[in-house]
Amino acid sequence: MDQTPYEYDVLVVGAGGAGLRAAIEASAVGASCGVICKSLLGKAHTVMAEGGMAAAIGNVDERDDWKVHVTDTLRGGQYLSNPKMAEIHAREAPARALELEAWGALFDRTKDGRILQRNFGGHRYPRLAHVGDRTGLEMIRTLQDHGIHRGIDFHMEYTVFRLLLDDGRVAGALAYDRERGRFRVYRAKSVVLATGGIGRAFKITSNSWEYTGDGHTLAYDAGADLIDMEFVQFHPTGMVWPPSVRGILVTEGVRGEGGILLNSDGERFMFDDIPPLYKDQTADSAEEGWRYVVGDRDARRPPELLTRDHVARCIVDQIKAGKGSPHGGVYLDIAWIKEKISNSEEHIRKKLPSMYHQFKELAGLDITKERMEVGPTTHYVMGGVRVDAESQMSSVPGLFAAGECAAGLHGANRLGGNSLSDLLVFGKRAGEYAAAFASEQGDVRLDEGAVDAGVAEALEPLEREGGEGPYQIQHELQDLMQEKVGIVRIEAELEEAIDEIGRLSDRAKAVSAPGNREYNPGWHTALDLHPLLVVSEAVARAGLMRRESRGAQFRDDYPRKDEHFGKVIIRVARGADGEMVVEEIPVEPMSDELTRLVEEMG
Amino acid sequence: MAATEFRIWRQDGADGEGGYRDYTTDVTEGMVVLDAVHQIQAESANDLAVRWNCKAGKCGSCSAEVNGNPRLMCMTRMSDLPTDRPVTVEPMRAFPVIRDLVCDVSWNYEVKKKIEPFEPRPPDAEDGTWRIAQEDVERVQEFRKCIECFLCQDVCHVLRDHHLHDEFVGPRFFVYNAALEMHPLDTRDRLAALKQDEGIGYCNITKCCTKVCPEHITITDNAIIPLKERVVSEFYDPLKKLFRVFSGGSRA
Repeated sequence: MDQTPYEYDVLVVGAGGAGLRAAIEASAVGASCGVICKSLLGKAHTVMAEGGMAAAIGNVDERDDWKVHVTDTLRGGQYLSNPKMAEIHAREAPARALELEAWGALFDRTKDGRILQRNFGGHRYPRLAHVGDRTGLEMIRTLQDHGIHRGIDFHMEYTVFRLLLDDGRVAGALAYDRERGRFRVYRAKSVVLATGGIGRAFKITSNSWEYTGDGHTLAYDAGADLIDMEFVQFHPTGMVWPPSVRGILVTEGVRGEGGILLNSDGERFMFDDIPPLYKDQTADSAEEGWRYVVGDRDARRPPELLTRDHVARCIVDQIKAGKGSPHGGVYLDIAWIKEKISNSEEHIRKKLPSMYHQFKELAGLDITKERMEVGPTTHYVMGGVRVDAESQMSSVPGLFAAGECAAGLHGANRLGGNSLSDLLVFGKRAGEYAAAFASEQGDVRLDEGAVDAGVAEALEPLEREGGEGPYQIQHELQDLMQEKVGIVRIEAELEEAIDEIGRLSDRAKAVSAPGNREYNPGWHTALDLHPLLVVSEAVARAGLMRRESRGAQFRDDYPRKDEHFGKVIIRVARGADGEMVVEEIPVEPMSDELTRLVEEMG
Repeated sequence: MAATEFRIWRQDGADGEGGYRDYTTDVTEGMVVLDAVHQIQAESANDLAVRWNCKAGKCGSCSAEVNGNPRLMCMTRMSDLPTDRPVTVEPMRAFPVIRDLVCDVSWNYEVKKKIEPFEPRPPDAEDGTWRIAQEDVERVQEFRKCIECFLCQDVCHVLRDHHLHDEFVGPRFFVYNAALEMHPLDTRDRLAALKQDEGIGYCNITKCCTKVCPEHITITDNAIIPLKERVVSEFYDPLKKLFRVFSGGSRA
């Protein structure tokens, strides 16, 4: 080991919205707190979030409150969410949004100077607090700047690759720093995982290199349960052209501001397939849809604002039917609103500045004048570490998880805007309960043997000569997941994928990474293969077990919902012999009050 | 598809000898410089170090100097570069190199810690919320767009050529100060620090920072010059000076 261990009451892994909020809370209640992040501070994926943060503040439509929000969330998740988490989230999101303002965040305003809220898919009322289309940047910068004055230690460009345990309880983590390749031991009384998602397991993704399922895998390796892993959200609108930008996100905010989806015949195809669950809430004419966009409270939302799983599938159907755009997507048109408002170009630039910028600079296209080409992109994983709804603790004592790497809130499909609020609500709770756990429980012992073994294993790719390079395996895995475990799944392909993942895992154990330990991306890629392979296997196995189509999971061989699978969630855990064990467990029960609410709100 | 030549800076560690190495890779339609660097990394230089995250101009990680110009590699399209000579890619030169294209920008994080944090006025409403006009939000939005890519720091001659890192915080942190000073709710005063510790007087408004900002923030005109004016009126206004003499204030 290079140095003596760092010691903290609470160690937070990840510095996106959830990790920062957890650290702020832990330090606010007096815990010593360190944060480890894979990138520089402020670069985490939260920075990419565009649309806004869902919180039923009711500033734009006073009919909104937590009760409507929780029922929207449960419906969007096809009733597989943990109802208690959905309730906590809906109740606490407004306070978390207002608190950000006290820390310096500036949201767009209503005419009377309160926080403005915008429409988004699956939300009954305008609910997303936002700043143009760069809400994530505002949020992460606010948390980062608030955090640096609280005495939190930040360890930038460190990657945690193993959790340390003391008699079944979490005791810290083992990490390497990317810059110099040094190993560091962290001793901590509790650990909060806030590492985000798994998007890099797929070829077309809006996620950065960091999203390799680290937290999922750290928890899994330590013996914690994962749930809902079959539910991977393919965002309906990613860029498709030019090839090098394929997958980069086009915010749902474009549709929230009136953007419509068209096929190559110029048909607005979203009107053709509206799911029964949403029939009563969806406009039945283009005219009503536009009235909704401009704030007519009696109008229902346009079909482009149906949930992401449904919109993504409708797009795939159009492409398959030969009605796609030249580069394999469909058209997204916001320029058309010039028919409705006189200053449309200025309006679009003001409401969607980063989208304007992104298309102008990366595709040479002016969205105020031309249609965009878009198609589905891997965006988010609903599945993750199974946690207690109140405390966010996993089944491993002292190990907490929050944000995307935790599961339960979103069920089979996440609503846009519910992620930023998820990060804050459950990040805060994880920090609070992790600090309480640390102060109630005694000290932990470090297992020197486990540290040495972890270091030796991590060094193997550097020391091994003549093996295969890591990039080839990574690319093959991404192609495989895209092809066989993507938006449309069938049994035979899922089984083939599981076999192939097994073969790739064997190859991954024999890779070589030339070069030395300093900022060596080949070595880092080699170490990222293990988590990528674990989460890929979990997604494929859970997807195979759920023999139905629901939310983000679409099975071509079981195209309908199945009553049995509406009552179960899929749990993935590491078996005693190291094999992945997959089983059905019952959905968390809903309280009587929530059951009544769901019935009332339809 | 066209085979394109690149000259990429390779350096083995902070104290290592650095130099350009030549690579060739196929450039296809729509590619940006970062794509080409990644392709070279995958094909022929597995250990080529480069920092990146979002690949969409939103995180500010992949700052470098492309053909001598400070740029985000993810937002520099290959089709915008001349094809008659190799494309040169090197790290930001105002910061120490860690390896290849990655440099040590930790100084920026240390500077930020010293800047007086935000503190709001008491809430306007009984429910603990504030009332803010949209135009007041928009006034500071420009500064809050900053993605902390540090290209403005890279190009500022006070840092790059004169190395006054101990006396001067650089354009990024004048933008940060401006965002706080012009925040509609903020109550703190940062003018003394700007003058004394942060060296705003060193800026001689050559506007190099404004030219390289990928977010198109008008750094010099909208952030630095108004801050300079506020400092001048606070410390050099004859009437205020006189008032301080008689009131026993120590600022001068």
